[in-house]
Amino acid sequence: MGDRSRLCSVWLGSETGILKGVSVSRKQAFNFCNTSHLSRDQEVRALCWADPAESELLVGSVDGTVKTFSTEKGAFTETRRCGDPADGCFTGLATLNSSALLTCGECGTVRVWREDSSEPATELDAGKNVCRMRQSPVHQHKIATGGKENGLKIWDLEKPEKPVFTAKNLRDDWLDLRRPHWVRDMAFIPDSDKVVTCTGYHQVHVFDPSSPQRRPVLEAEYGEYPLTALSLLADGNTVVVGNTHGQIAMLDLRKGLVRGCLKGLAGGVRWLQCHPSQPVVASCGLDRFLRIHSLEDRKLLHKVYLKSRLNCLLLASRDLVDGGGATEGEGATQEVKEEEDEVWDAMEQVGEVGETPKRKTAQEEEEPQKSKKKRKKGRD
Amino acid sequence: MDITEVPVSQDNKGKKKKNKKPKKKIVKEEGNGEGSGVEKKEVEKMEKSEAAAAFPPTFSVSEIKNKQRRHLMFMKLKQEKRMQKMQLKKKKKKEREALGDKAPPKEVPKTIENQRVYDETTVDPEDEEVTFDEGTDEFSAYFNGLTNPKVLITTSDRPRGRTVRFCEQLATVIPNAHVYYRRGLALKRVIPQCVSRNFTYLMVINEDRKVPNGMVLCHLPDGPTAHFKISSVRLRKEIKRRGKDPTEHCPEVILNNFTTRLGHSVGRLFAALFPQDPQFVGRQVATFHNQRDFIFFRFHRYIFKNEKKVGIQELGPRFTLKLRSLQKGTFDSKFGEYEWVLKRHEMDACRRKFHL
Repeated sequence: MGDRSRLCSVWLGSETGILKGVSVSRKQAFNFCNTSHLSRDQEVRALCWADPAESELLVGSVDGTVKTFSTEKGAFTETRRCGDPADGCFTGLATLNSSALLTCGECGTVRVWREDSSEPATELDAGKNVCRMRQSPVHQHKIATGGKENGLKIWDLEKPEKPVFTAKNLRDDWLDLRRPHWVRDMAFIPDSDKVVTCTGYHQVHVFDPSSPQRRPVLEAEYGEYPLTALSLLADGNTVVVGNTHGQIAMLDLRKGLVRGCLKGLAGGVRWLQCHPSQPVVASCGLDRFLRIHSLEDRKLLHKVYLKSRLNCLLLASRDLVDGGGATEGEGATQEVKEEEDEVWDAMEQVGEVGETPKRKTAQEEEEPQKSKKKRKKGRD
Repeated sequence: MDITEVPVSQDNKGKKKKNKKPKKKIVKEEGNGEGSGVEKKEVEKMEKSEAAAAFPPTFSVSEIKNKQRRHLMFMKLKQEKRMQKMQLKKKKKKEREALGDKAPPKEVPKTIENQRVYDETTVDPEDEEVTFDEGTDEFSAYFNGLTNPKVLITTSDRPRGRTVRFCEQLATVIPNAHVYYRRGLALKRVIPQCVSRNFTYLMVINEDRKVPNGMVLCHLPDGPTAHFKISSVRLRKEIKRRGKDPTEHCPEVILNNFTTRLGHSVGRLFAALFPQDPQFVGRQVATFHNQRDFIFFRFHRYIFKNEKKVGIQELGPRFTLKLRSLQKGTFDSKFGEYEWVLKRHEMDACRRKFHL
């Protein structure tokens, strides 16, 4: 169990309550389940890493429990009760300094839980109908919340009474009617204070708390259907959004133009995540597939069928493809290298042109050596 | 006459036959007074010799500009091909008879269904996760026997004769179905009222140019909404050799060929339209047959003549459906989340890939 979970580089939560781990390099998916029999109220709604070393996952379910899953052991280690099902499902889960837990339910209450007590240490009311809560990757105590008719609010957990920044709704339209707003997902842009949100009215807004303007600094539109998921690229200039029809697009935040669309999804997108170092984006949704697209040429790299509807996903920071094969592959290649080194030392050296093998992956290391061998055999 | 004929025929038949040109000219000029018979023979000879030599690969029948000659050449080509095919068949048959029992098995012809690209979402009957998923989805109340289906059939606003008759016939086929006039009401407002009156299904037949062309099937408490395209509707009076009108007995339901996960969902959607206890006394059966992503609906009455032979009479309307989208939740085309949407450019690109 432990070795299976160590191979997985992508973790997904499904509606049936099963935590799925996918090893992209081996194209295998593993199911990890807490209880022996499945039930719908274990439906996974939020996933996050419990620590920066990514050895433990926090899984938030519909019935209000947060379970800890250890990737080393491959099993659920503990369960905590963090709220009632009456509060609504989890819309955000995060950790504070690796000891405290942040949860947010649909009813709007954001709670900070300490490890020992079963009562929340701090409570915050973010309004009603909150759709998402996200934590800033830079400042751990800053969070953003937003929902239906509940604009973007940025809170500082040390001062829980008032939000640090409340966004104002857009100006009334040309008929002087109030514009409805529905924040579905948001992300903090690195290297600045700005926050980008996507709405149920197919708009993408960028807010800048440092500027006096409380209305969005940038407004962009995509498609005709509500945007349900959002993910920022590592460079901070491009954002990937997905809507309920399964259309995923990359938008440039400097001007608000669509840079390209990713094809393949048939159902609504539930969660998107860009890999922190590689230019790939993983998407999951209601059509029960995990898809990994490359961002440079917008091609589908991997597609995995997972039998239940998927709610959320989490990518490990290590390389997607290497992740699983790393430990085993290195052992094998080292042995192979030693044997081959002896062979090379025994043979006479012949100068060859254009021999600069890229030493990125284990596989690529083997290939030039193999091709060298072949050529030599031909000459001999 | 002669001089004009020669260049025409030669241009048509051979860009490579230039070497023959001077010879033909001389011949034609000599045979000036011999009449058209000689010319025709020469033309035929030319045709034959050129036909024999014309099968080098770069010459094709479509290069001949004269329609009559081109047609003749094409017919010849076809006849040649057919003859070759028949000869091949005869040879194979002889060999097969000669070998007798040891003959290799007959080759199965390739059809699109044979060549279907394997769909990884095909449901494995022993898969626990899928069985759990299906067992607890929105239809579980029906399949566990807790609710009985009650269907509301309506149309788009101001329906015309054909659609109205189609709805009436559908209401006779589906037990416990009620037809209501739409009166321009918004579906999102109709749905809560249906739920409060214990309806389990809302079926809206959309009409375009006096002909039904779409169907929205919404499972009521909070169930999925499917949008289909209807084509090829035949009302009762248009069906030849049909039986008498269907009776009030609950029909049996046959669902054919719904193999993938999406197919299963759609199949369950149809199954939940009919009550769970069919009355075999009525000997009526409704069939939903899926082939190549088209769902064919037929309604028959059957009678067993003896143990092996069955006679069937088609009653009732017949129509074809094609799934366009499956949306989670009740009808909300703008803000609802779609579980599956038909995207023609992406999904219909491969002829051998089907989704249901």
